[in-house]
This record gives sequence, structure tokens and C-alpha cells, in this order.
Amino acid sequence: MSVKLNALNSDSYIDVSQYRDQHFKGNRYEQEKLLKQSNTLYVGNLSFYTTEEQVHELFSKSGDVKRIIIGLDKIKKTACGFCFVEYYTRADAEHAMRFINGTRLDDRIIRTDWDAGFKEGRQFGRGKSGGQVRDEYRQDYDPARGGYGKLAQQHRPTEGRNSF
Amino acid sequence: MSRRRHSDENDGGQAHKRRRTSEPIEIEDRLESLICRVGEKSTSSLESNLEGLAGVLEADLPNYKSKILRILCTVARLLPEKLTVYTTLVGLLNARNYNFGGEFVEAMIRQLKETLKNNLYSEAVYLVRFLSDLVNCHVIAAPSMVAMFENFVSVTQEEDVPQVRSDWFVYVVLSCLPWVGKELYEKKDVEMDRLLSQIEGYLKRRVKTHVPMLQVWTADKPHPQEEYLDCLWAQIQKLKKDRWQERHILRPYIAFDSVLCEALQHNLPPFTPPGHMPDAQYPMPRVIFRMFDYTDAPEGPVMPGSHSVERFVIEENLHCIIKTHWKERKTCAAQLLSYPGKNKIPLNYHIVEVIFGELFQLPSPPHIDVMYTTLLIELCKLQPGSLPQVLAQATEMLYMRLDTMNTTCIDRLINWFSHHLSNFQFRWSWDDWADCLTVDLEKPKPKFVKEVLEKCMRLSYHQRIVDIVPPTFSALIPAEPIFTYKYADESASSLPGYPMSITVSNAIKNRASNEEILTVLKEVPNPNQEDDDDEGESFNPLKIDVFLQTLLNLAAKSFSHSFSALGKFHEILKTLANSDEGKLHLLKVLYEVWRNHPQMIAVLVDKLIRTQVVDCAAVANWLFSQDMAHEFTRLFIWEILHSTIRKMNKHVQKIQKELEEAKDKLEKQQHKRRDSGDDEDMDKNSEDEEGQLEEQIERLQEKVESAQSEQKNLFLVIFQRFIMLLTEHLVRCETGSVDISTPWYKNCIERLQQIFLMHHATIQQYMGTLENLLFTAELDHHILAVYQQFCALQL
Repeated sequence: MSVKLNALNSDSYIDVSQYRDQHFKGNRYEQEKLLKQSNTLYVGNLSFYTTEEQVHELFSKSGDVKRIIIGLDKIKKTACGFCFVEYYTRADAEHAMRFINGTRLDDRIIRTDWDAGFKEGRQFGRGKSGGQVRDEYRQDYDPARGGYGKLAQQHRPTEGRNSF
Repeated sequence: MSRRRHSDENDGGQAHKRRRTSEPIEIEDRLESLICRVGEKSTSSLESNLEGLAGVLEADLPNYKSKILRILCTVARLLPEKLTVYTTLVGLLNARNYNFGGEFVEAMIRQLKETLKNNLYSEAVYLVRFLSDLVNCHVIAAPSMVAMFENFVSVTQEEDVPQVRSDWFVYVVLSCLPWVGKELYEKKDVEMDRLLSQIEGYLKRRVKTHVPMLQVWTADKPHPQEEYLDCLWAQIQKLKKDRWQERHILRPYIAFDSVLCEALQHNLPPFTPPGHMPDAQYPMPRVIFRMFDYTDAPEGPVMPGSHSVERFVIEENLHCIIKTHWKERKTCAAQLLSYPGKNKIPLNYHIVEVIFGELFQLPSPPHIDVMYTTLLIELCKLQPGSLPQVLAQATEMLYMRLDTMNTTCIDRLINWFSHHLSNFQFRWSWDDWADCLTVDLEKPKPKFVKEVLEKCMRLSYHQRIVDIVPPTFSALIPAEPIFTYKYADESASSLPGYPMSITVSNAIKNRASNEEILTVLKEVPNPNQEDDDDEGESFNPLKIDVFLQTLLNLAAKSFSHSFSALGKFHEILKTLANSDEGKLHLLKVLYEVWRNHPQMIAVLVDKLIRTQVVDCAAVANWLFSQDMAHEFTRLFIWEILHSTIRKMNKHVQKIQKELEEAKDKLEKQQHKRRDSGDDEDMDKNSEDEEGQLEEQIERLQEKVESAQSEQKNLFLVIFQRFIMLLTEHLVRCETGSVDISTPWYKNCIERLQQIFLMHHATIQQYMGTLENLLFTAELDHHILAVYQQFCALQL
């Protein structure tokens, strides 16, 4: 008698996205499995100045946070705009996907996504310049993420260079 | 999964014969979709959609009857906000196929019995309401519905049952009357009058001790916080006075009256309410939250009065929509804003009121707090021209009434408001609240602003807060969250621990081992004793002070640094804190260094508990200690305490689960052995395994008992401390002939209530001990009242 109606069970905010970590060690099947069981979220579009404390305060609203790993520029070892948040339970992480994803932290809309689990090394940006890949190629000016994208910076005249 | 027969692929020439009709699974999905979606936005009218769907379903009945029955039963149970859409559909089907109507009614009765058996009381309400509306659709005969109601109300005559049981049966009957009262009165007015009179008698003799504990405000103005049954009774009384004229509910079946009244009706089978079972969990009583009335919506449609049945129906439906869609905030917001009949009511006000009603509900909101914040943000996005203003108006009203608001609700308001502001650049007209600067900072209004600013700072940074408030608010700005190091510089050189702090600091920086550091620490003199014992292992507060201050100073940079430090020197910390006094002093030092950063204190206490450096009771004792008395009314204290209790509860649950799993494993093992027959080797292995499992179970059993004992002790400590503090205050006020109602007292007594409410499920287990040891008749009646109110909730 108890029927599960698909139309009524929509919980799309906790769906896994299309992104797959290309550096994942293992096959696609293993990755899917880990994503479906994971208690860890990737958090993107952070300001470089967002602190672990701020992340902890916000993400604690969906449950007890086990640990936070701030993403770092591979060369400079400074925050480069992403982090991992690991919860003690999957249920708490799901609440974060439903209610914290797409809201603001430090005035920026942040994005959360399932992560297969933190492994040493994954806290570093994978862009050529040391930060995240997205900051290599973007054309806009974002003062909270180092200004212009790295590629765009190379083509921009720096201030005060032309002095006649 | 293809059902294509093999010959399809091989027999090209024959392919056209195997016309691909839709596969059964696809048809079932389609039926589900059609049924679930009927009533949603459409280019055609609701009536023509219902007509069309009835035709489709009628045609599918021969092949898909049981599926259709199941879907309809499910939507009846899970989509109460679309009640009348589906009752109309069932009515049309019944008119076309009498047998189907009968089978549907039978299926619904079966489902009702199941939901009651499984403690799904809110769903059971929706099912009964559905059945009652089927009277309006000529599916069920009115007299048989009245008979069911009479059986429900007869539960009020039962003896020795929890009040919440008979409450529920009365509630069901009353809550159906907005839909079916008119029809039932037309057919059976004598019986209905008798029913209502019985209900009235019951409501008069009901005990209502529990009400104060559930009220959001202690004041009756401007809106009384009515007990839910009292409010509903008043609404039904008014409806009756209005001769059951009800104009809000959308009733599609009216358009089909000519078709429906031709249908033959079914009689409900006699339904005896299931008897009371000891493990039944009836719904908790509640209080109706009201913050708006017709004076608050300045233009546009008027808000229905508090005792109008329209108000009841609107609130019910909005609650149901949230219940259905809470996981998907965009859908939820859209569904709320497209409420049918929204043009005749100030919908934004109803929505905001219902949402705050849930957020402030005691003991706890139906859904996780953060959901409401995000839902309100979503609603603001969809109605940017109107909803933010209503929300601002609501916030203003809530601020005005802080003096009488329950402390737990103020906590939630603080969390909601600060989080909300952080999504809108912290824009707020703080000057409007300048009145809070003129009163004692311990009063609710300035306290609220202070706590809000502290939470805002946690989501941003100190300078931001300085920038967003007017300079007049500087007294309410939180302290900068920086470390306070006792041994920071040479000005501290006269302190006894100073030289050692430098030694320890260097040792840590030079990556000395734990043993080396412990050796260094042995040199720290013990101010508590004249002669040090040889091992230096007794409680030495200076040792703890020097080590912890130094360590935390080196690790002060971030949470991660501090966690890493606690992890690295875990052994030392355990050694230093190996007594109750040691644990207490550790926490005291922690507070001293991080007193300007309550967030850091909370996360470090959490880590210390999880790594078993301190136990939960130590934390409780520390929070209630004299040293922390000046912080007693701050929110972070209670967040730490409740987090500590939750960790204790989760710990007990975890071991209980391990025990259950081990027991299951043993049972399976024993079955396997019984079934395996006479293989001797298998037998021996099996016996060994069973032996191991039995040992494990014994160990786990002891672990569970020990954990439960620790849990009980934690609550005893907490309640004892509350009683001591409150009694002291009450006695002092009495002897000084001073009014007991200070801000401190209000906070303290409501914090005691909060312990009961937030952890009621766990506390239930220890009621006997609590009553015998602590909440005895000798206690001051102010304190005892809290306990009695809790008992009256019959949770």
C-alpha cells in the first residue's frame, strides 16, 4: 500500500552534478559510489579572504562539521577560493546541499558539490599559476579573487608602468 | 530493459507487426505523473483537466486498477493541500464506476488503519479529511461519516489514556468540519449537535498545564497564544454560527454537481479506533502562532480573523505545502506564492506568519532551522517588490515584542536574522532600534542586538560590523576575537609561570616529543601543595595554565592550527586533565585565553570532548561554575551546553546500535548453525564465532550501561545546578522582598525549560530518578512548575 511516487519524492538539490574530478584515482564506477555515499562537500566561488571560521559558522547550520580544509594556491600556499567541508553524517551534508548551496558567504554566492573525499594534495589549486583553473582564464575583474584572471593579467598593462 | 521480443530484431520483414505499444512501466509512470500534476498551472481549466483525467483513468481501470488505487491513496495521504482536487477526481470516477469507488474507500480505510498503527498521525488526519470531503462528492454517505466521527469522539470517554490520545481524535473530527460541516449538518443535525456538545464537554475538562511551555510570548497582547484545540473549537463555533457557510476552500466538485449527484454513495464500514498501545506516539500539543491581524496588511485584501475558519484552512494548506516541498526551496516558494485564492487574502503576510510559526515552534521546528532562512530568501527573490517589506515589518514587530518572547525563540530569531542579513550585505536600519541603547544591556532588546551583531561578525569579520552600525551602537559591538596570552611579553615576567612558558614554547617550536615536554613540565611548581610529590602528577593548576596557554598561543592562527595542536599533544592534555579538577581547570584556562572568541571556545570544547580529554559532565560543571556566572546569559554558553548534551546522546545511540547489530549477528549465526545440519567442523567454527559474539555483546552491554549512566549523570548535574542557582535567586529575592522577575531570572528559568524541550526524548528515560531525587514537592513552586509543565506534555 505504501507507494513511493517519484513525482513527489523530488530532492534535486542533493543530486550529484556533472563534474567529475579528473585526477580521481580509481574508475568511474568507484567514483560514483563514493560521491553517492560522501559526507564531504566541495565549496567553490569563495573569496580569497574567506576564513575557515566563516566557513565553519555557515556550514554548521546544517549539522556538526568534522573538518574544513581550505584550498590553497599550490605555489603561494595562500587561500585560493575553494574549500572542502566534511560532516560527520551524510544527512547533514545533504542539508547543506539543499539550504547552503547557492546562498551567500562573504557577500558571494557560493556553490557546493559532492566530493569523493579529501586526499592529501587535493587542497591545492590545479591552475598553471598555482590557483584554481577557473582563475587562469576568466576575463572579469574580481577583487576578491586576485583581480583579473591570470591570462588576462599578462595582457593588461600594470599601473604606472607607462611614465613619460 | 527492453521487452522487445527476439524475433523483432531478426525478422525485419515482420517488424511492422510488432507495433511498439508503450511498455507497462511507462504507462504507470505516466499515470503517476498525470495524477500528481493535475491541478497545477495549466492552459485549460481545472474542471476540464479533471474531466479529461477521469476519462483517461476510467479507460485504464481494466488494466491498471490497483496501480491507480495506490496512486490515489498516496496522493490523499501526501498532498493534503490538493485535497479537493483529488476528492473531485475520485467523485467523477465513482460516478462512472461504482465498484471502483467502493474499492477506493476500502483501500483508504486499510491505509488509515496502517497509518494509525505506525504512529503517522498527521497523515491519518489527511486521510480522514479526504474521506469526509468524499461526502461532498457523493462518494460516501453522510450518515456513515457521522458514525465514524461518533466513534472517534467516544475515545474521550476512555479512562487511563494519555490526554494526547483523546486530543487527537477530537482534533481530527473538528478539523474536517470546515470541509464537510455543512453537508453533515444538513443530513444529520441532531447527531452533529450531540457530537459537538460531547466535544465541548471534553474540551472543558481537559488539562492545560502544558500551554505556558509552548507559548512563544508570555504576553497575551496583541495576540493571545492559544492552545491549538481551543483555537480550532472557537473557529468551528464561529463557522456554526455562520451556518457553516465557508467560502475559502476551493471546491471543484461544485462544477460537477449534476454528474456527481447521480452517483451512488458508499457507506463507510464501521470503524473502531484502535486501542491505546503503550508505545503509541501521539502528536504533541501545540500553540497557534499569530503575529498579524487585519490591521497589519495596509492595503489590499483583509486578513481573515483569528477565529475564522478561513484562517485555519489557509494556515493548514500553507503548512502542508511546506511539508511537501521543504527539500526543494524554489518549488516550495513557488507553490506557496501560487496558493489558489491568493487574490482574496494578504498571502505574503500569511506565508511569513506560517514560516515564523514553524521556526518558533516549541519544542522544535518541524524542519531544520536553516531551511526557513533559505526559503524566505527564495520568497524574497520571487516577490522582490512586496515580500521583503513584509519581512522587514515582521522583524520590526518581533523586535518590539522581545521583552516577553521565550528565550529559545529569541535564540532562533538571532540565528535567523543574522544569517538573513549576511545574504543582504547586512543592510538594516539599525537607528530604528536606538531605543535599545537607553536600557540596561542585559534587557532583551540590547541583548538581542548584541547577539545578532556577534553572529554577524562570525559570518564576516570585526571591522565589517563596526562599519555597518551607527557609532551610537558601539557598546553592542562584539569584542575583536583575538587571543589573550597571559605570558605575552616581559610585562608578565613576574608571573610564576612566565619562565616556564618560554621554555615550553621553545620546546614545542623545536618539535620536542611529548615525553620531553612532560619532563619540562615536571619543573612547574604546584601552588596547591607545599611539597611536590615525586611524580608531580597530582592536580597542578599552574602546569595546566602554562602548557595550555602556551600551546594555544602558538596555534591561535586558525581553527585548523588549534585542532592540530590539540591532536599532537593529546597525551599531554589527557595527563594534565586526569582528574575532575584538572578537567575543570583546563576549561577555565581555555576560556581565559579565548574569552573574546566564543566561536573558538565552542569548537575547542567540542574537540576536547570528542578526543576524551574532558567529559561532558566536566563541561556542564564548568559552564555552571562561578567563574562563568558573568557569561551565563550569553548565547554561546547554551550552544556549548546543548551541543555537549547532543554529543552525549549520539554516543549512547551509537553504542546501542552496535549492540543491536551484534545481537542481530548472533541471531543470524545461531540460525545458520541450526539450519546447517551436522557438519562437525562447521559446528565448531560456528560455536567459536558465537562465543566471540556473545563476549562482544557482553562487552557492548557493559558499554551501553556505562554510557547511559554517564548520560543520566550529565542530566542530573545540569538539573541540580539549575535548581541551586534558581533557588538561591528566589530565596534572595524573597528575603530582600524584591521582585524575582529580573532579566537573569527569566533567562535562567527559560533555559531550564529549554533543556527539557530540546532533549525530551532522552530525559523521558530518567523521569523516575529526576522526580525522586530532584523535582520533589519541597522544591520552590516556580521551579517545580517547569517540571510539571514538561510532564503535562506527555511526550
